[in-house]
Amino acid sequence: MTLDTVARARLTPDEPQPWADLGLKADEYERIREHLGRRPTSCELAMYSVMWSEHCSYKSSKVHLRQFGEKQPPTDALLVGIGENAGVVDVGQGYAVTFKVESHNHPSYVEPHQGAATGVGGIVRDILAMGARPVAVMDPLRFGPLDAPDTARVLPGVVAGIGGYGNCLGLPNVGGEVVFDPSYAGNPLVNALCVGVMRREDIQRSGATGVGNLVVLYGAKTGGDGIGGVSVLASETFTDSGPTKRPSVQVGDPFMEKLLIECTLELYAAGVVVAIQDLGGAGLSCATSEMASGGTGGMRVELDRVPLRDPTLAPEEILMSESQERMMAVVEPARVDAFMAVCAKWDVLATVLGEVTDSGRLVVSWHGETVVDVPPRTVAHEGPVYRRPLARPSGQDSLQADEPSPARLPRPSGADELRQTLLRLAASPNLASKAWVTDQYDRYVLGNTVLAQPEDAGVVRLDEQTGLGVALATDCNGRFARLDPYQGARLALAEAYRNVATVGARPLAVTNCLNFGSPEDPAVMWQFAEAVRGLADGCLELGVPVTGGNVSFYNQTGDSAILPTPVVGVLGVLDDVARRTSQGFTTPGQMIYLLGQTLDELAGSEWAHVVHGHLGGRPPRCDLDLERQLAEILVNASRDGLIDAAHDLSDGGLAQALVEACVRHGVGARVWLPDDLDPFVALFSESAARAIVAVPRSEEVRFTDMCTARRFAHVRVGVVDDGGPDGPALDVAGLFSIPVAELRRERERTLPAALGVAPGA
Amino acid sequence: MRVGVVTFPGSLDDGDAARAVRHAGGEPVALWHGEDDLRGVDAVILPGGFSYGDYLRCGAIARFAPVMRSVVDRARAGLPVLGICNGFQILCEAHLLPGALIRNDARTFVCRDQALRVETTTTAWTSSYQPGQRIVVPLKSGEGGYVADGATLDRLEGEGRVVVRYLEGNPNGSMHDIAGVASEDGRVVGLMPHPEHAIEPLTGPGGDGLGFFTSVLASVATV
Repeated sequence: MTLDTVARARLTPDEPQPWADLGLKADEYERIREHLGRRPTSCELAMYSVMWSEHCSYKSSKVHLRQFGEKQPPTDALLVGIGENAGVVDVGQGYAVTFKVESHNHPSYVEPHQGAATGVGGIVRDILAMGARPVAVMDPLRFGPLDAPDTARVLPGVVAGIGGYGNCLGLPNVGGEVVFDPSYAGNPLVNALCVGVMRREDIQRSGATGVGNLVVLYGAKTGGDGIGGVSVLASETFTDSGPTKRPSVQVGDPFMEKLLIECTLELYAAGVVVAIQDLGGAGLSCATSEMASGGTGGMRVELDRVPLRDPTLAPEEILMSESQERMMAVVEPARVDAFMAVCAKWDVLATVLGEVTDSGRLVVSWHGETVVDVPPRTVAHEGPVYRRPLARPSGQDSLQADEPSPARLPRPSGADELRQTLLRLAASPNLASKAWVTDQYDRYVLGNTVLAQPEDAGVVRLDEQTGLGVALATDCNGRFARLDPYQGARLALAEAYRNVATVGARPLAVTNCLNFGSPEDPAVMWQFAEAVRGLADGCLELGVPVTGGNVSFYNQTGDSAILPTPVVGVLGVLDDVARRTSQGFTTPGQMIYLLGQTLDELAGSEWAHVVHGHLGGRPPRCDLDLERQLAEILVNASRDGLIDAAHDLSDGGLAQALVEACVRHGVGARVWLPDDLDPFVALFSESAARAIVAVPRSEEVRFTDMCTARRFAHVRVGVVDDGGPDGPALDVAGLFSIPVAELRRERERTLPAALGVAPGA
Repeated sequence: MRVGVVTFPGSLDDGDAARAVRHAGGEPVALWHGEDDLRGVDAVILPGGFSYGDYLRCGAIARFAPVMRSVVDRARAGLPVLGICNGFQILCEAHLLPGALIRNDARTFVCRDQALRVETTTTAWTSSYQPGQRIVVPLKSGEGGYVADGATLDRLEGEGRVVVRYLEGNPNGSMHDIAGVASEDGRVVGLMPHPEHAIEPLTGPGGDGLGFFTSVLASVATV
């Protein structure tokens, strides 16, 4: 095959090029020709096509995402904002923390194990590239119905992939979500979050600066895996026909990644890194163009120096390859020997590929001939931007009008029906125990895990001397977002914010992973625009900045899109992790208080979903001022030792919160429902801004005084109880009493029954 | 009291093992897989992880690391050695302990707070416990099923070399519910559960695991 050099491109301006097959539109191809003043070479076409894909360029979302910057609340916590590999926040005591969540949805559907594994690997390298040591991961996951045959294929593979990669990497998995809904049947969501820590002064940047500095590629060799994975997998919708897409999924090697982490941290410590970036989606195309355009402006790369696993790879393929476990660094010439020595110690292959220039061009050669000569900004930052048409779906009004009134959806009445409803919900897939999943993840490694699933938030200690730590939670109720994407996004933020406060941490910053259907569908685009607006407004109201995020479009099969799923991650700080609050009741005699107001809000609830398969009405109201007050109460009470347990109320309402608080440590409770509430509403409403807490009697007056002074609704609803000779039970006065052992059994049987009981269990 | 903690490429719980030694009152000393110098330590811990990626067979490559030559030589002369999880697998591969560890019968990785019974308190690593004591220590492994031939099992049982046994359910199909075994002289112990993750209630299920580390400090002090 003829090498398509820049010289040849000039001589053959009319040669037909496969731009459409690479996912480019006609006007996009024309734009590339305008940027270059000639036709692109095949290598250049490869670079533009992957970098201008939806996944890399955010071309459909950019115009909306700007709001996160425009509506950013005043903050001095943000050290690095949106735009770098991940945002960085100041958590005090000289520490900086970076965190981010990304999607790996499409690869995980095609090949669940490797798709999920490389999702973990990719986000970990993002965090590493900021200068931080990765310290924990968590995974928000969504699948089709638990009893669907394909879920039995996808879920175990995804979980084994996450566990296999994360466990071998030595990162504790401290939380996440497992949600089932029919809309995810052909489009599972595999989102991966990583958090890392560094000293404030150790933040790394990715701009290739310093003319004459060398560009070094290190880590795994480059192979044929994931070629075009970004554009082929992330920018198209699955259809039944068409060739199999299996070869496009990358394959991960967690051992290599572990070496890469230790090696990179040692390189930072040795002070031999000027700039650094990980290689993820779009591989070398992305790293070279982004580093060049973010720095002095030019770079020269000899592509034939790239170490290959498959020597037959063409230069176009090398540029597009998404082989995992690779990093690119810019190094001063005088420090290259020291750089190489550290890599050799860790048995990590490192190769000088080229140098930083001030030419304003990214020039790539192949055995001495120029195959790429482009302004790097046009590849990395000046791709197409679309203001896609959006339209409120025609059925949205009737959807919202379909309120779950007692006339529309019969409600349980009487003690026995309420008891049955509570048990049925507790055993339903979304509320049941997720131990089948989380027991496959190492939550202990590194020895700093203070709280992990099923707690409300994961808590990781950063400093053994002072006890400084961070809390992280991710949340999203896609049904709420379907009913009202603006409120749904705010409710997702509210829940994650509340969860972080529930463990006693002060919420500080936000990341997000916005999973939606096709942006080419105006109804989906409307959902997206509304959700982004809601999240940006919410973050401004709560005073927590968005530090970065990720968008995943095209999560749909045929015409049917997933529930809009704006997953929101909130990071909080604990000055001393010893003051954290856990969700389980521990001590008989402590008083149980319900904080917040309960209204008749059952639209989009777990009850409506499980019992009636119904989705309609308006989601619970979202009052972020109340959320902030609740958070302040929870954080102060935790710090001052006024509460012994706390659990947020969300999916399944008060009933499910009580079930979880009892089952956690096998301790019971005697509960009396507030007189002014219908028992069904009291138990199963999903009103926001609520939590339950267990208060030692000695602190009861101080605690209620604090709530009263803040005029925050609080009512005593029960007492922690060991149940006497019959064993602990959840006893709801006048209605029913269910042994905690039965609650545990109901909760724990669901996933094993569907996915297989482990032989030894 | 100096306790060496070996780092192989792919070791993960080396920092935790060092922390546990510190909590017990000892001085952890970092040992590197590529060097055969044990730096004059009084005991050695082979920590958990996936040494060399465990790509051939768990512990099979680590066994040939330069540091292991010294560990094997010194262990045969009575140096206390504790292998945790991957370290246990390495000790079996290096023939310092009998038997082998195979894939869990459940086939999946298992991470849980595991109840154990301490069967033997005469080893260098368990003297702080009471015979028959129930402890809870995290277990986290995919290949933790202990297997050995019948004669070996009989000998281990007969000589009181089963150090800890799983209680309240066998998590991985280990024969005789074995969670840890000792060498004939009781100086070398291999454990599948991770006592270094149970040194304080803040970061583990409790402090039940600390006894392994205080035991070795006491045993070295009295030699």
